[in-house]
Amino acid sequence: MRNYKNVIAAYSIMIFLIILVGIFQSWSIALTILNYCLISAVMTIGANIQWGYAGLINFGIMGYTALGGLAVVLVSVEPVKKAWQVGGLNILACIWIIVAIIFIVKFILNRFDKSKLRNYSVASVILGGIILLRVTAAPGIEAIESVDPARTGFLGGMGLPVLFSWIFGALLAGSLAFVIGKIALGLRADYLAIATLLIAEIIVSIIKHEEWLARGVKNVIGLKRPAPYEINLQTSEWFINLVTKFNSSKLNLINSISDKQEALNQMVIDASSVYVKLCFTGLFLTVVIILLIVTQKALYSPWGRKMRAIRDNEEAASAMGKNIVKEHLLIFILGSAIVGLAGAMMVTNDGLFTPGSYRPMRYTFVIWVMVIVGGTGNNFGAILGGFVVWFLWVEAAPIALFLINLFTSHLPETNAVRVHLIESAPYFRFLVIGIGLLLIMRYRPQGIIPEKIIKQ
Amino acid sequence: MDFLNAIIVLFNFTVIPALAYGSQLALGAIFVTLIYAVLRFANFATGDMMSFGTMFAVILTYYFQSLGFGLGVLPTALLTIPFAVLMMILYMLIIDKFVFSYYRIKKSPPVQFAMVSVGVMFVTQALIRIIIGPSDRRFLDGEKFIIKATEFKEMTGLAEGITLKSTQAITIIVTLIVVSIMFWFLNRTKTGTSMRAYSDNEDLALLSGIDPKRVVLITWVIAGILATIGGVLYGLDKSYRPFVYFNNMLPIFAAAIVGGIGNPFGAFLGGYVIAFAEIFVTYAYKRFISYLLPEHLEPDSLLQLLSTDYKFAVSFSILVIVLLIRPSGIFKGKVI
Repeated sequence: MRNYKNVIAAYSIMIFLIILVGIFQSWSIALTILNYCLISAVMTIGANIQWGYAGLINFGIMGYTALGGLAVVLVSVEPVKKAWQVGGLNILACIWIIVAIIFIVKFILNRFDKSKLRNYSVASVILGGIILLRVTAAPGIEAIESVDPARTGFLGGMGLPVLFSWIFGALLAGSLAFVIGKIALGLRADYLAIATLLIAEIIVSIIKHEEWLARGVKNVIGLKRPAPYEINLQTSEWFINLVTKFNSSKLNLINSISDKQEALNQMVIDASSVYVKLCFTGLFLTVVIILLIVTQKALYSPWGRKMRAIRDNEEAASAMGKNIVKEHLLIFILGSAIVGLAGAMMVTNDGLFTPGSYRPMRYTFVIWVMVIVGGTGNNFGAILGGFVVWFLWVEAAPIALFLINLFTSHLPETNAVRVHLIESAPYFRFLVIGIGLLLIMRYRPQGIIPEKIIKQ
Repeated sequence: MDFLNAIIVLFNFTVIPALAYGSQLALGAIFVTLIYAVLRFANFATGDMMSFGTMFAVILTYYFQSLGFGLGVLPTALLTIPFAVLMMILYMLIIDKFVFSYYRIKKSPPVQFAMVSVGVMFVTQALIRIIIGPSDRRFLDGEKFIIKATEFKEMTGLAEGITLKSTQAITIIVTLIVVSIMFWFLNRTKTGTSMRAYSDNEDLALLSGIDPKRVVLITWVIAGILATIGGVLYGLDKSYRPFVYFNNMLPIFAAAIVGGIGNPFGAFLGGYVIAFAEIFVTYAYKRFISYLLPEHLEPDSLLQLLSTDYKFAVSFSILVIVLLIRPSGIFKGKVI
């Protein structure tokens, strides 16, 4: 492993930029950006495994992210006992019906030869199953959704610590990826992109509209946290002492006691939010480092070489006796599971699950831009891409506002063009990301940190 | 009488909306399919390109309204379409010159094209939002209805009425005109034939002296016309909102693939397949059935196969099924 200079330089610049945000805006904002950068980094690792290692184009990242978020709700929220009593049975029955449908369809597909009759019977089994499902589920769903609809109206979760949900999210996303991979992986690259994009849309629309599952568009708020709450920190002795110790020089400058107390209070409030975010940063950083080590090891293992061989020349790899279908499926599952993990991390970080906010723009295409910009096939590059693009995505609006003000400063305050431009400042992020992507694709198609093939 | 009422209910709530929505999808799907056939990539900027063209129509409509121009009973937007189309074609040609042509000459793989079109999507979306903003805009003027339900009931003495919005009629008629001209062009003129030849086999087409630059230019011109008209018709029927256009890209893709991508006629029919499926599956048949059955058998439930929330999900499921069973589409398109 040689020549890490450009990697180190790129990361130093990125850290420096985040520190700049800390100095000029606030440390809280800088840490928020850093946390989201880390989450994006996990997503890009997932996408990079699929695209960079194996050349699979997965535009369904949004779906897996949403599933990861759903996992947080299903794992960490306390179960709603009353809802289980009134409608739990129906839902369990539905699960059994779904399992039965799958087995019957599988049985028909395996048992009989390909014929029109077989197609029709499969279709009729599925159609009949859907009608049966609706009949079974309808009373249960109605009952569940009417249990205290303002606060619950859903089945709740398992009431476990929230960190379990990260694993569960990965499992959930991975198992969905297994199903989708079985269906769609045979398609040519751009069809796979479209199919996964549409399947992700279906997943999100199910999460959005099945209110008994996770309240749908009514959102779940106040999720558990793996970090302390600000309000508890602000009242605990040791934390106040810590803040006093850190800021003793500043506090000593203030003479009057009441002023000093007020200043200290403000500092404690600021510090508590920074502290909580630092806790999250620590957790996320651990995840990113573990993933980085594992993926890096995998990339340079025989398995990684095999994946690259398959990516670069499917026919040749196939001729060498590699099972391409199996490997593609495996990598599709692995990548999706990591994206699911990231989705769970993000919802944990936010403390709320808002299915309405899952849009392909933000959760699929921006992640893809991160992978392409950072460097496909290189984990350091993918992570850097996550950092750079997220940073631009967040900071584009303030920078655009600054530039607009600079260039239109000769115009009067009420000038229509100026007002219009200032109002549309938030949309410059799309412009920046789009032009950035086009420039990278044109002049440095392998990304900021290109893939390195190490001869072993 | 009851039977007639039942038919009219079905006609009013499913067939007419599905025809209008299907026409809008069909125009978009032909746009996708043409780009796919001639330029050989899946254009993820489809929805936003349609939105971009519509944006000009909206702005020009407001301008014409302020000048006092209009078409009387017809919406002013129809008057603005030619100008909007021109602007759209100009934008597409600029994008092609600075972005796509480089990859075309380099013969990049389709995946790279798709990613580039994602970049174009971002830029287009940004331009739209910076120029006109993300808010909801209605730009329909003129007569709103051709037949109102109450008038229809009075005329026929039936219990159910038919409502025909002028936008629906305009959509269907304009689509039929545009699509027939386009098919005539593709099948009967020399330029159209050269386009089809280029799409079928690029090398042979080049060998027989077809100018690739001209083919690409013509493709973008037709694409611009289809995108703008499709977008304007959708905007007139519903309302103009940039975000919705991006979402519409998904059923449009579904329509193009279901019809057999690369096959314009398939895309045209695919639009209607998707629209009818979406509306028939999510329509509540209670009223329809209650006319047909005797009174004591009237159903309690809505008799809805899926709730309307899953409108999009229906079209995507159809797409997935088609991809699984017949990947080249219902009407044979390019083989995947």
